[in-house]
Amino acid sequence: MYAFEYHRPTSVKEAASLAGGAEDAKFLAGGHTLLPTMKLRLAGPANLIDLGQIAELRGIERSGSAVTIGAMMKHAEVATSAEVKEAIPALAEMAELIGDPHVRNRGTIGGSIANNDPSADYPAACLALNATIVTNQRKVAADDFFQGIFTTALEEGEIITRVSFPIPSQAAYAKFRNPASRYALVGVFVAKHADGVRVAVTGAGSNGVFRVPEMEKALSGSFTPDALNGIAVPQDRMNSDIHADAAYRAHLVGVMARRAVQAAAARG
Amino acid sequence: MTATGIGAPVRRKEDQRFVTGQGRYVDDFNRPGQAYAYFLRSPHAHAIIRSIDTGPAMIMPGVIAVFTGDDLAADKIGGLICGWMIHSKDGSPMKAGPHPALAQGKVRYVGDHVAVVIAETLAQAKDAAEAIVVDYDVLPAVVDPAQATKASAQVHDVSPDNTVFNWHLGNKDEAEAAFARAKHITTIDLVNNRLVPNPIEPRAAVGEYDPGTDNYTLYTTSQNPHVARLVLSAFIGVAPEHKLRVIAPDVGGGFGSKIFIYAEETVCVWAAKKVKRPVKWTSDRTEAFLSDAHGRDHVTHAEMATDENGRIIGLRVHTVANLGAYLSTFSSSVPTYLYAPLLSGQYDIPAIYCEVDAVYTNTAPVDAYRGAGRPEATYVLERLVEKTARELGQDPAEFRRKNYITQFPHATPVIMTYDTGDYAASLDKALELADYKNFQQRKQESARRGKLRGIGFSSYIEACGIAPSQAVGSLGAGVGLWESAEVRVNPTGSVEVLTGSHSHGQGHETTFAQLVSDRLGIPIDQVSIVHGDTDKVQFGMGTYGSRSGAVGMSAIAKALDKVIAKGKKVAAHVLEASEGDIEFKDGRFGVAGTDRSMAFGEIALQAYIAHKFSGQDLEPGLKEGAFYDPTNFTFPAGVHICEVEIDPDTGVTKIERWTAVDDFGVIINPMIVEGQVHGGIAQGVGQALLEGAVYDQSGQLITASFNDYCMPRAIDLPSFQVGMTVTPCPSNPLGIKGCGEAGAIAAPPAVINAITDALGHEDIAMPATPQAVWRAAQKARMPMAAE
Amino acid sequence: MTTVSLTVNGQSVTADVDPRTLLVQFLRDNLRLTGTHVGCDTSQCGACVVHLNGHAVKSCTVLAVQADSSVVTTIEGIAEGGELHPMQAAFREHHGLQCGYCTPGMIMSAIDIVNRKGHALDEQTIRAELEGNLCRCTGYHNIVKAVAAGAQGMAQSLLRQAAE
Repeated sequence: MYAFEYHRPTSVKEAASLAGGAEDAKFLAGGHTLLPTMKLRLAGPANLIDLGQIAELRGIERSGSAVTIGAMMKHAEVATSAEVKEAIPALAEMAELIGDPHVRNRGTIGGSIANNDPSADYPAACLALNATIVTNQRKVAADDFFQGIFTTALEEGEIITRVSFPIPSQAAYAKFRNPASRYALVGVFVAKHADGVRVAVTGAGSNGVFRVPEMEKALSGSFTPDALNGIAVPQDRMNSDIHADAAYRAHLVGVMARRAVQAAAARG
Repeated sequence: MTATGIGAPVRRKEDQRFVTGQGRYVDDFNRPGQAYAYFLRSPHAHAIIRSIDTGPAMIMPGVIAVFTGDDLAADKIGGLICGWMIHSKDGSPMKAGPHPALAQGKVRYVGDHVAVVIAETLAQAKDAAEAIVVDYDVLPAVVDPAQATKASAQVHDVSPDNTVFNWHLGNKDEAEAAFARAKHITTIDLVNNRLVPNPIEPRAAVGEYDPGTDNYTLYTTSQNPHVARLVLSAFIGVAPEHKLRVIAPDVGGGFGSKIFIYAEETVCVWAAKKVKRPVKWTSDRTEAFLSDAHGRDHVTHAEMATDENGRIIGLRVHTVANLGAYLSTFSSSVPTYLYAPLLSGQYDIPAIYCEVDAVYTNTAPVDAYRGAGRPEATYVLERLVEKTARELGQDPAEFRRKNYITQFPHATPVIMTYDTGDYAASLDKALELADYKNFQQRKQESARRGKLRGIGFSSYIEACGIAPSQAVGSLGAGVGLWESAEVRVNPTGSVEVLTGSHSHGQGHETTFAQLVSDRLGIPIDQVSIVHGDTDKVQFGMGTYGSRSGAVGMSAIAKALDKVIAKGKKVAAHVLEASEGDIEFKDGRFGVAGTDRSMAFGEIALQAYIAHKFSGQDLEPGLKEGAFYDPTNFTFPAGVHICEVEIDPDTGVTKIERWTAVDDFGVIINPMIVEGQVHGGIAQGVGQALLEGAVYDQSGQLITASFNDYCMPRAIDLPSFQVGMTVTPCPSNPLGIKGCGEAGAIAAPPAVINAITDALGHEDIAMPATPQAVWRAAQKARMPMAAE
Repeated sequence: MTTVSLTVNGQSVTADVDPRTLLVQFLRDNLRLTGTHVGCDTSQCGACVVHLNGHAVKSCTVLAVQADSSVVTTIEGIAEGGELHPMQAAFREHHGLQCGYCTPGMIMSAIDIVNRKGHALDEQTIRAELEGNLCRCTGYHNIVKAVAAGAQGMAQSLLRQAAE
């Protein structure tokens, strides 16, 4: 790890002002992507701003038609939250599938979304659930937030404060793990909303998380696995590596989508 | 059997410290004034080093020194060695290229050692390493062993076509004759995938030099500290043997990878004297992936001939073995004498011929990894046997049974003489435990759920307890493979055993103590096992090849016999009887036919106070040593049966059942033996389903972290059903055959045979990842689903 | 340098550290608590697992400064009054370790599993929950048995404490 200055603000305002005043600063949330990257000397920020002591970034609230989660809420906290399990069980189940128990005890929703790793799970949930990402400056719809691998709508120094998830009538997430890293090789989140079904895929796309309009259209007509018959995602949009080539990933998108629909339907 | 004697599942003595965090591994040692070493490694697979400018690094904060290969050469430090000479078919010696600890003029794989920085802290050493300027002239690289002899890249000057040797074993003419009269010939092409050993403790070394005494100390993660000392002193020349103390304390797994003598420990010892400070190096996992010796990496074509009665009459094997960029310590023995002699397996095969072409590539050195050669042989043979049975329309279990060796001793056409075994007994027990008779029912039930179920066998044999020194010497080994022991009885009757074996997970502190407790009739807590320190323990050969029980404990047994013999002499004086009338039984020396006797501890005290005998008649004291050289290899064998269920939609293979029935001869501690079987199976399943080192065409290691190299996790494995049969080994005093490698040898073909059974075709390679199995399942005809 | 104050195994500790010091380095190098091990550099092997404010974390992926004001428990801190913790005892009784290197992380993870999932653990649950811990020696068979037994042992220990 390269040397850096460490900062521990206690408010979002202070964090933003630190970021504005410091050269080459990075925010530290759960640290489970940033710290490993820094350990391998693949990243070397001069200033590290730890968001861990900012109380206003915590908390989970249900208000009518949405669940809102503070950016520094850990995956384990989301997975075990009574509010989340009650309102959007699929979201709690997805959080329970991230990494391993130790990762879930540190990693946060805000960190996961801000990083937008192409094989992270949260981006799929955000897209499928039509989430709104709230920052210290504005609100951004998930559809506008994720802009390709490791790229988001976040401006320099902008901090995610919370994420608001509309409550769907039915939803589920099906994940096929990379056997080695346990990240999503393919993860498909399906959610049935009053105005139609949304299907979001992570892990598979060469440009990060994406929606599948053909599947959404078919499932909006009939929310059954069989509605997906004959629908294939194009291989040329798929990622390819030693674990899974584009054809296999494209195939798995179909399999995981069916399994997600089945699981959502089974929940009733 | 007593509660702590031979055969008892004694709980391990060493666990108290391990479960409380009090184990002492190399990285836990910190010496006063210690500095840290960090190695600058080659980012290129193959390049000429035009120049190295260490100047910018030298002025970085905390830097004590920066060294390159020139500095080692100036001090006349020799290169790393390969200690087993193999001769090619034409009689020429293997072509061994130079292997400097720090590169001299050329780098030959990604991770090759270019320079070392010694600094006050590890972070400072890393910072400075980045400031070293190396001017490389990048050369084309060769990574694929099958292409090595035709590649434009030339790894070593001594070998223009990258060949290390062209070796063979067996009888070519007899094999050809067998194939000429065969009724059926089965052929197979296989890749034995390259593996990274990955003990969870990375390698580490602390070198220290005391100018007052001119003594050197090396703490190192070694399976064989005396061999390390011998090589470091006699061949590499970093310190005189009698001035170098090598300590291998608690070691966190080895699996072969910590047998070898590496660049890093060499440099730590040497640099400690140069900088007049203790020097510590601890590998990180990335370095371990790049520079620990890898395992396996064979490409093989093989054929099996059978006659009209379904009997195997011939076997021909041609293997290309990748040895990487340099010959590691025992690398040349692995694809030769640890491989081809096992190709007869458990079968009576009259004619066998095997050719092995060993090649250099621009990849990490390849050497022994759990099983070492024997898993490769077993994979070839057991895949061929299974395939032959299928082609002949025979039940694979019964085809094996028909071809089993049943008469012992049995001399194979590939230099081994099996001493004993009962292969059908293990097969019968395994079939029973695996509920083989109801397999078809289970297969149909899987099919109803849209799943493909398959069953696979592996009837393996291994040659362990390596090995008779004369025999291995005649085959090219540079060392003898005996083992040593010293039994020190204290005046109070407690016992210290100094063993040349080394425990890095095997539980020697417990099993060796069981032997002593059993033989001397003293409580197990009166016994200490001392190992892993060349200042304490007499020269010994270390632990690998499942040899510590068969060879290491035999040496202890031999020394214990001497202790008892001496004790009888003492007892004769003390009990005033003739030596011939003294019996030793249940921990007491007694006079035959009388009730006069004394406990072992009482005789020990008498031996030391020496009041009852004259020092001219009998030396005082009770301490005996022994060197035990085995008379033959040992031949553990068994049958493993794997049952899998494949999800054809995803290609995920789930192991539903694992049955292992092994014959390890006499077992000292069944709990520990079963643990060894479990661990071996896990590594074998890892090879079959998950693990594979992948280099890209330029020689970059793609699988250089646990993110890409798939280690077996708990969720990937089932619980194992383990059974035993016993035919005591006749060639050592304890009847032990050895158990450390069996699982890793047996498992890969069992898994792949199960998958090919499920798929209905043979076209799948290791590792059978979900992607590979999914693709293969496309070619399989789905069984009729009931739904 | 940054000052950190935390409680480790019941003892208050304050030190000035380079901010890039990882919690595991702080434990091993500053406090000489070498029972917590490092087996990888990608946050996967789990040899470094400790409890941070009661939850299992990988101490190789936490900065020491992040643990300021926290309570840390390591493998050295779970045996009480010279008696092994029930999970330590179970690993020994069921031969859930061989080389011992992954063992501290395994035991700390196992205790965390019981804390989260209760005392009646089936094999599948244990295997799934051990996702973040690698062992190269045991094939996990006896670790799974040890965790199940340790969970029972922890329940009995709680009952005993309640009775006292």
